[in-house]
Amino acid sequence: MARKISMRQAINEALDQEMTRDPTVIVMGEDIVGGMGGEGEKDAWGGALGVTKGLYAKHGDRLMDTPLSESAYIGAAVGAAACGMRPVAELMFIDFMGVCFDEIFNQAAKFRYMFGGKAQTPVVIRTMVGGGFRAAAQHSQMLTPLFTHIPGLKVVCPSNAYDAKGLLIQSIRDNDPVIFCEHKNLYGIESDVPQESYAIPFGEANVVREGKHVTIVTYGMMVHRAMDAAAQLAKDKVECEVIDLRTLSPIDWDTVLDSVENTGRLVCVDEAHPRCSIASDVSAKVSQEAFKSLKSAIQMVTAPHTPVPFSSALEDIYLPSAEKIAAAARKTMAN
Amino acid sequence: MSKNPFPLDKQGLLEAYRTMRTIREFEERLHNEFAKGDIPGFVHLYAGEEASGTGIMMHLNDRDRIASTHRGHGHCIAKGVDVKGMMGEIYGKAMGSCRGKGGSMHIADLSKGMMGANGILGAGAPLACGAALAAKFRGDGGVGISFVGDGASNQGMFLESLNLAAVWNLPAIFVVENNGYAESTSRDYAVAVDSYVDRAAGFGLPGVTVDGTDFFAVYEAAGEIIKRAREGGGPALLECKMIRFFGHFEGDQQTYRGKGEVEHIRAQRDCIKLFSDKVVEAGVIKRPELEAIDKEVLKLIDEAVATAKAAPMPAPAELLTDVYVAY
Repeated sequence: MARKISMRQAINEALDQEMTRDPTVIVMGEDIVGGMGGEGEKDAWGGALGVTKGLYAKHGDRLMDTPLSESAYIGAAVGAAACGMRPVAELMFIDFMGVCFDEIFNQAAKFRYMFGGKAQTPVVIRTMVGGGFRAAAQHSQMLTPLFTHIPGLKVVCPSNAYDAKGLLIQSIRDNDPVIFCEHKNLYGIESDVPQESYAIPFGEANVVREGKHVTIVTYGMMVHRAMDAAAQLAKDKVECEVIDLRTLSPIDWDTVLDSVENTGRLVCVDEAHPRCSIASDVSAKVSQEAFKSLKSAIQMVTAPHTPVPFSSALEDIYLPSAEKIAAAARKTMAN
Repeated sequence: MSKNPFPLDKQGLLEAYRTMRTIREFEERLHNEFAKGDIPGFVHLYAGEEASGTGIMMHLNDRDRIASTHRGHGHCIAKGVDVKGMMGEIYGKAMGSCRGKGGSMHIADLSKGMMGANGILGAGAPLACGAALAAKFRGDGGVGISFVGDGASNQGMFLESLNLAAVWNLPAIFVVENNGYAESTSRDYAVAVDSYVDRAAGFGLPGVTVDGTDFFAVYEAAGEIIKRAREGGGPALLECKMIRFFGHFEGDQQTYRGKGEVEHIRAQRDCIKLFSDKVVEAGVIKRPELEAIDKEVLKLIDEAVATAKAAPMPAPAELLTDVYVAY
């Protein structure tokens, strides 16, 4: 039975259901329980933004608070995964990836290939991404392209509660390492989510709005901004098709290419920086595979090639807005 | 026959000797084959260090996991990885342990509890914590063992792992194979403390230093630490002070080493010679018994090299497989 719950609750429910189903699922991270070793209450935080709150009461020591040692505990999650467990490690912010990247891109991502197909590393790294939280340069980045560049990793970034639950369950059951990116500005957004467990397959984009004039391809929080842009454009009789990629590795090229073959116009929207981004990747693929369908130049709407600024006046113009997306779509229509 | 003063019975002693001889022969042969130009890539040899890996691994079984280093051939052999598969891997052949996709620095066999040699120094320490964590959850009495050299003992991920293992009371063991050199840089230059026991204490772990050229010292110290970890006593650090017969990598001219240093250690501190002399002098094993093993080992390595050289390369289609379990 579906009911409206937030993305925060949906993620919590996915973890709860998978921990109940499979005793090899363990969860670790900084403050994911909170209050360990102190005199006050345990489960004080349930993660920095409360996503894992309440799971400790149900699953006890299968949730482990870690020291502030990302290399050690992310690496331990990778090692445990190679030894038959299904760890879900929370890296509080994707920005902290810098201190533990080796364990992800040189270890987890490479074991299967490097060991001749004889290893599997079913680890999930849940991590907060994205801007708009006034969290400044080291707590706001959208670093998804760093991970899509690495063969062996799967990269997921849901835009809503329903997808978050189904994709996280798939991530935990998947036998490859998954970087599961949770946009911190979406935790409170509610949508219809079934109570029962379900998995959403990787590599299946979601056409969240159909349209015949312009294709907008994006993911994460930008899906909402693209939908706002599409609503604005609809008033001018411009019908946008909005594609939520949902998983960035693997990526659903067929849905993107089919859409562009119908519309002939493409806007790639990415909260990441413009160079070597998901936007530039989609743009390159469409140029190669659907060039003859294109009626105008592909447009990209991305964050600028700057760190994320702190001041609201600057961060608001740093993030791609619905207005910028709409302007880009109009530009494709001008030809 | 004299009374056996050693902690292993005769069969165990012969097994230890065979393992050490196999490692030595494997590495000496690679050294020679590399000089001929037959071996591709980077190769780091374990010759001279055999007593460490062997003395530790003799306490382990397949459910115990080890995370090795770039200098991993000895660990692999001592952990039971197939020698012919290893040789095939080093030659980049399809019959190699990793089907030619890993090479010398990435030989692994998870079915033997060998989680891989590792080209990233110190990266195995967190992995061994994970192996220990998995063993703890399963309650199977298994341990996770991380090997680092004195060089990687300065890596943040190694030091973080000491703390994590202590905080979580993991059945994890951190072996520092101190051969005196981090590549070309002396241990005394790069490690600020004199004693790894002190460093371990700083992280809340017991630490032990042994002469890593003395098989029996390693065997006994490792036995105590591993037993303690299996019984829930938590992690520990074991420093094996040892020596490297060859350079950091094959092709290293070793101009940083003292004059006559290598000749001296080969003559005076060869762990296999020391072992052999002890067991023979004690009258537990006769020299011809060891020589018979030498012959068998030589034959095994001859076959391994011949097989590897003759084996086919991986098919081009192999390039694109095994990136993911499911695509």
